[in-house]
Amino acid sequence: MDITVNILLTIATAATPLLIAAIGELVVERSGVLNLGVEGMMIMGAVGGFGAGYLTGSPWIGLLAAVIVGALFSLLFAVMTLSLATNQVATGLSLTLLGLGLSGMMGTSFVGQPGERLPNLYIPVLTDIPVIGRLIFGQDPVFYISIALTAAVMWFLFKTRTGLTLRSIGDSHSSAHALGIKVIRYRYLSVIFGGACAGLAGGHLSLVYTPQWVENMSAGRGWIALALVVFASWRPWRVLAGAYIFGAVWIGQLHAQAFGIPVPSQFLSSLPYLATIVVLVLISRNKRLTMMNTPASLGQPFVPDR
Amino acid sequence: MRIELVKRPQRSALFSVLSPFIAFALTIIAGAIMFALLGVNPLNAFEIYFVEPISQVWQLHELAIKAAPLILIAVGLSVCYRANIWNIGAEGQFIFGAIFGSIIPVLFPGFEGPLVLPLMLLFGMVGGALYASIPALLKTRFGTNEILTSLMLVYVAQLFLDWTVRGPWRDPQSHGFPQTIQFGDSAVLPELMPDAGRANWGFVFALVAAVLAWLMMGRMLKGFEVRVMGSSPRAGRFAGFGFNRMVFFAFLLSGALAGLAGISEVSGAIGQLQPVISPGYGFTAIIVAFLGRLNPLGIVAAGLVLALTYLGGEAVQSALGISDKVARVFQGMLLFFVLGCDTLIHYRIRLIGMALTKPNDAAKLEAAPKLEEAR
Repeated sequence: MDITVNILLTIATAATPLLIAAIGELVVERSGVLNLGVEGMMIMGAVGGFGAGYLTGSPWIGLLAAVIVGALFSLLFAVMTLSLATNQVATGLSLTLLGLGLSGMMGTSFVGQPGERLPNLYIPVLTDIPVIGRLIFGQDPVFYISIALTAAVMWFLFKTRTGLTLRSIGDSHSSAHALGIKVIRYRYLSVIFGGACAGLAGGHLSLVYTPQWVENMSAGRGWIALALVVFASWRPWRVLAGAYIFGAVWIGQLHAQAFGIPVPSQFLSSLPYLATIVVLVLISRNKRLTMMNTPASLGQPFVPDR
Repeated sequence: MRIELVKRPQRSALFSVLSPFIAFALTIIAGAIMFALLGVNPLNAFEIYFVEPISQVWQLHELAIKAAPLILIAVGLSVCYRANIWNIGAEGQFIFGAIFGSIIPVLFPGFEGPLVLPLMLLFGMVGGALYASIPALLKTRFGTNEILTSLMLVYVAQLFLDWTVRGPWRDPQSHGFPQTIQFGDSAVLPELMPDAGRANWGFVFALVAAVLAWLMMGRMLKGFEVRVMGSSPRAGRFAGFGFNRMVFFAFLLSGALAGLAGISEVSGAIGQLQPVISPGYGFTAIIVAFLGRLNPLGIVAAGLVLALTYLGGEAVQSALGISDKVARVFQGMLLFFVLGCDTLIHYRIRLIGMALTKPNDAAKLEAAPKLEEAR
């Protein structure tokens, strides 16, 4: 029983950064912007979070720094694609390349240093309940943030007027503009929200998941988060499900390696990436589902005319 | 303050030439700020970064070695991007080209002679093209997003190479080092001028590929097809160009060139397979393609510039003790500024202050009384 609980806990820890980054990107894409820089913002959040935590000794300040760094880094993308109307695919890629380089440079002095870890929640009595106690009341704080964030985004997008406006911008920026909606302003805020989420996800990696700084420690999670949004056909609750499936794949292959299954470890390590491809194929085969849910002006630059 | 874009009636010829240079100048300025923040005199750092690595003949050869894979890959990618097809997995195709091309020297080291090298290069191209055909197939058959699949396959390729050189292909005499046997003499790409430096035929391949691609894009129907499909797939359909054919063409071409770059790098500069054979050439080539304005000849120049950023990164690491990741930062900044400056080709940029009335309205208000007077 204890083993099952432990495995479930590690799956939640592996799924949390994917969930947070994907939820952020979902809002960005719902507003019609495709930001391929998730991996770059995530790794910047990871190095910023680790650095601030290491220098101040407080993992909470680290987590806050991760969010701020991610948001600031996404601002770069926002200025380029929204104010200068550059190609979103290419700009997102360059954000990732720049983030990987910049984080490597900033993190040189952090390599091998012991980091700060955010403590898990502990509520006397409640956390001590067998089995469900640790699952519900004993996880790391970011886990609770991720669940709350998903619920909040779900409510915001589908139950509020502003959310409806945001979705309408993603479906037709010209019509929204004609109605007098500030398309660019909405998109700026969405991109920055996505950046803050990616930064938080990175902070989770370097402050909870493995409390240390390793170069390229995001290991493609930003890209998997992007795939999750497509897989979820832009629905928050499906992102939640997808993130936990991927968390399970990630943990499953680690356990398989530890058990010494007679398959080369490299093949097991490549499973999350292969699973991403398989899942993308399965979802894109259903043309109607994809067509119906893809924000119609996703990835198209918008220059307001007067 | 607000930025406002005003569409130009036609694309500006002036800025389409100037924009890479403006971007380079901005990168230098940002780089100077970065060096100053790191506590290094920027002028001193720039001399070490951009001048010293190319001040001697043998160093120019090193530049050519680094530029060759970048140009080869970027030429293929430029065709993809012109067709609006986003292959960002060239790094994986590079690796698979290297693995396929190494089949002969690793598994049949006894096979020697003048046939070995051409066969290896051919195998390399086939390997890269085959690996690139996976995202192409998934896109044409199922409509799967090629950006994500081609990128995911990079991670898979890196892990596969790692397994190959640690597992079945490891040199039994390597004392546990993860590497294959050294390639035999007839499997090594010859150097161009062995007396002057290490540059090998890979650089010639790159130049030939660039010229051929330039001819194709500018002088042949296929190039026209690529451009039409990229700018207006609908118009392309009316002209009878097939979308699926174009996806395969772009992926196979770019995959084959990346594969050729991979086997050239392994058989020329390295001489055996190792767990890591590329310092991110496949990703840097994306920057090369954009800096070269997606024009094969521009890419040659851009490839040399980006190759210099690699050499400069190594130079400042050894001379000033700054991480060689600084090269990555320079490359990323360069791409950012290039993309930003490209806006100038299609738009005029106006900065608008926080005035209550927009400039246009103000002009109208001023004009109104004058109209009254005129009456």
